[in-house]
Amino acid sequence: MPALPAGEAVPADGALPEWVRPSPVGPADGARPFGVYVHVPFCSVRCGYCDFNTYTASELGGGADQAAYATTALREVELAVRVLDAAGLGSRPASTVFFGGGTPTMLPAADLARVLRGIDDAWGLAPGAEVTTEANPDSVTPGSLRVLADAGFTRVSFGMQSAVPHVLATLERTHDPRRVPDAVSWARDAGLDVSLDLIYGTPGESLDDWRASLEAVLAAGVDHVSAYALVVEPGTKMHAQVRRGELALPDEDDQAAKYELADELLTEAGLGWYEVSNWSRGPERACRHNLAYWRGDDWWGIGPGAHSYVAAGSDGDHAGVRWWNVKHPRRYAALVEAGASPGAGRELLTPAEAQLERVLLGVRVREGLPVDALDPSRRAAVAGLVARGLLDGVAAVRGRVVLTRRGRLLADTVVRELTP
Amino acid sequence: MPIPGPALSARIEPNGTAPELIRNFCIIAHIDHGKSTLADRMLQLTGVVEPRAMRAQYLDRMDIERERGITIKSQAVRMPWQLGDQAHALNMIDTPGHVDFTYEVSRSLAACEGAVLLVDAAQGIEAQTLANLYLAMENDLEIIPVLNKIDLPAAQPEKYAEELANLVGGDPQDVLKVSGKTGAGVEALLDRIVERIPAPVGDADAPARAMIFDSVYDTYRGVVTYVRVIDGNLSPRERVVMMSTRATHELLEIGVISPEPIVTKGLGVGEVGYLITGVKDVRQSKVGDTVTNAGKPAAEALGGYSDPKPMVFSGLYPVDGTDYPALRDALDKLKLNDAALNYEPETSVALGFGFRVGFLGLLHLEIVRERLEREFDLDLISTAPNVVYDVTLDDGTEVKVTNPSEFPGGKIKEVQEPVVRATILAPSEFVGTVMGLCNDRRGQMLGMDYLSEDRVELRFTLPLAEIVFDFFDHLKSRTRGYASLDYEPSGDQAADLVKVDILLQGEQVDAFSAIVHKDKAYDYGVMMTAKLKEIIPRQQFEVPIQAAVGARVIARETVRAMRKDVLAKCYGGDISRKRKLLEKQKEGKKRMKNIGSVEVPKDAFIAALSSDGAGGKETKDKKK
Repeated sequence: MPALPAGEAVPADGALPEWVRPSPVGPADGARPFGVYVHVPFCSVRCGYCDFNTYTASELGGGADQAAYATTALREVELAVRVLDAAGLGSRPASTVFFGGGTPTMLPAADLARVLRGIDDAWGLAPGAEVTTEANPDSVTPGSLRVLADAGFTRVSFGMQSAVPHVLATLERTHDPRRVPDAVSWARDAGLDVSLDLIYGTPGESLDDWRASLEAVLAAGVDHVSAYALVVEPGTKMHAQVRRGELALPDEDDQAAKYELADELLTEAGLGWYEVSNWSRGPERACRHNLAYWRGDDWWGIGPGAHSYVAAGSDGDHAGVRWWNVKHPRRYAALVEAGASPGAGRELLTPAEAQLERVLLGVRVREGLPVDALDPSRRAAVAGLVARGLLDGVAAVRGRVVLTRRGRLLADTVVRELTP
Repeated sequence: MPIPGPALSARIEPNGTAPELIRNFCIIAHIDHGKSTLADRMLQLTGVVEPRAMRAQYLDRMDIERERGITIKSQAVRMPWQLGDQAHALNMIDTPGHVDFTYEVSRSLAACEGAVLLVDAAQGIEAQTLANLYLAMENDLEIIPVLNKIDLPAAQPEKYAEELANLVGGDPQDVLKVSGKTGAGVEALLDRIVERIPAPVGDADAPARAMIFDSVYDTYRGVVTYVRVIDGNLSPRERVVMMSTRATHELLEIGVISPEPIVTKGLGVGEVGYLITGVKDVRQSKVGDTVTNAGKPAAEALGGYSDPKPMVFSGLYPVDGTDYPALRDALDKLKLNDAALNYEPETSVALGFGFRVGFLGLLHLEIVRERLEREFDLDLISTAPNVVYDVTLDDGTEVKVTNPSEFPGGKIKEVQEPVVRATILAPSEFVGTVMGLCNDRRGQMLGMDYLSEDRVELRFTLPLAEIVFDFFDHLKSRTRGYASLDYEPSGDQAADLVKVDILLQGEQVDAFSAIVHKDKAYDYGVMMTAKLKEIIPRQQFEVPIQAAVGARVIARETVRAMRKDVLAKCYGGDISRKRKLLEKQKEGKKRMKNIGSVEVPKDAFIAALSSDGAGGKETKDKKK
């Protein structure tokens, strides 16, 4: 698991800094978009590559069991209502809700529905709100998906990772790839939008293996695909396996070739990129919750280890506050039961840091950034990046910074050159 | 009582001691054979240092010397010692122990009539000691062979007594056996010094002639000059002349060291002491020079003076370019205390502004570098050490090359490189190994002698350039640490040398240019291009790394273009981490150097330059 960032302490009552205020910018109703993330930290098994904050049943106990999770999460929703009300930010309905994990569908569908209802009670869901849950293909049934749809979920994102058994085995994924098309059709029958998640560059995965996975995704006929290069994070079992020489580290050229293949096949099939690692059939099928992260909107993260962000809403020494909850479910449960903030630490972003984040996140998306948003000293770098084929020339002429395919592969380089 | 009482002491007052009562000696020893410990013990036994005031190794003043157990600057200590019913003044002149300082050693020896040859009873004599012993014998010094560390369980006094007796002549029974650590045998050694070492001889009525055997810069006093009076007498307030430069100075203070400075009314024939004239730069008080009286000057200087000549050059650059003025100031300060140090500014495409610095040898280089880093808190990169080449072009022009990147490119008639006469002592089982190594390094064997049944002395002529690279490390590792090395300059030779340039995307990286023998150019090129391929990060374009002799490419590697840098998931909980990573990358960028359009981390240069190993270091580990 990645360590939590270093930061200052969060006040016991979770209060936001006094400089946070409702923003005059944003939609016509005067509020910045607001999203809610719910972290469900449970899995049936831990996969060797996974560095997310998640636990198998055997790792837990004492007030943090899965049965009590919905109740515990709703206690944090209550806290969030108090904190946002106190800052004058309480009246915004949630534009997006996203249940991630872990494996949210480890919980009974009724529990997920109950948490969503609590969020709706607290803030309301905006008209046409996007409500997503991540799911494992083998942790859903036609019935459970229907329960979710009835409760207001609009979207499900399946962790498919690969269609190739030996690749799934290396990743220690337990689902049967043949189950994926079924799960997709059950979800669609229930009226849910469906996304499939893929991982490429797993040790032992050939280019043909990867092509097979992409073709399987296209055959399933989904409208949204995420494809991530495997990153072997320190602290994972896979990291240890690589260190011991049991697995060969994925090669960056191989990953680049696989990215290009994915972009080609998905684009041909009508799924266009809207973020470096995300493709959708038209902008309306993009994941709005993730777009909110990349656009710097406000969001509240519920659950152990979840991060939250609220912009300052005005010019000053600070641009926003980001905080993160304690990671262990037991400690998390104890804090929220006591009515205290589960926040483990927070950072108060300076305008310069926020600017760096804006560029860092902004270039990842298809719409890109206005050139005007760059630091004046770096605007001249755009021409060089266009010349080197990393930025789209037509977009640049029209005043926007948009990555080319080659630029998407080298986005870090682009960001370094575009920031002072 | 070996320490003379007041009545006898009156007869050995400085400036009033008859030459017959003076004994001037030095101790010749290998670096870790216990010279400093023995000297400390002598200071204690002669009563000049109270036991409780005793710092370990009193005479080694500088921190580096103390830590590395080597003596860079010699000093002279006056000690009283009674033998029979007579008091004597013993002057112990400390000598540098390392080959880089051969000239200083020779001047220290010239100030003495005798030498204690000190050898570790567990290790036997080493090549550098042998070299200094030859020097002492050439100067007709009386040699007193002594085995030290006889308290060690591994000591083999009988075996090594025989080795010493074979070398200096005499009976193994006469070899003294001492322990500087316990003090055993040290009194007998002091007695032996009085008995055996001849008293100095000089003409008290002749014009004054004193030989400078050391000069040291002191922040408060200016230059302190150590001299041995040969003829006549030096007194305070008189004007003196340095005979090599004809510069005159007033003697502000004159005295002896015992072991703290004691001001005296002068120094007479055979005496050893210090002078202060108020000058600020050791170059005005040159080792080997003769000091005489300005009013009544000597007609002829004492023999043996020569200017220090740098043998090894290296570029020194601050890691942080803004430290350049600080480096210049630091070198200016070190120079005050180091007459052999010379430097001039140079610019490197790869490393920025720095200095080309000339050194007496590798140890000198290391000491200077370490002092710059430690005393002046500088972070430095040094280029691989090289020697001086004399290049004659076809049109007869002669060029002296101290920096490989300045090696002329045109038609070359001849290149001369310095050679050394190297002496290597090794157990006989390694004879073949040593010969093989020297052969690889273009060595020519001069001869070989058995010192004892199982120890051999091998003599070679070797190009100095072959030694400055990593010769000593190889010698040590191939002989399991048993071999020792000494060398002395032995002129120049013509050689078939070429310059190998390293190019990144067609741009020459000056810091990596090297002058090597024609037959080794290919190896160097392959080694360097392979090494750079490992440490140069992938760029957005393909980067060829080439090694070239003139226009001819002899080795090539390619750093392939970087194709991707970010494809991981970027979710809400990851933004802080991503931002911090980026901030760190941007910070790292400041430590990048551009060679053409190729970005190379400065650390890569350091890695490429440092892993060659500067060889030649023969210093003790830090004392535990």
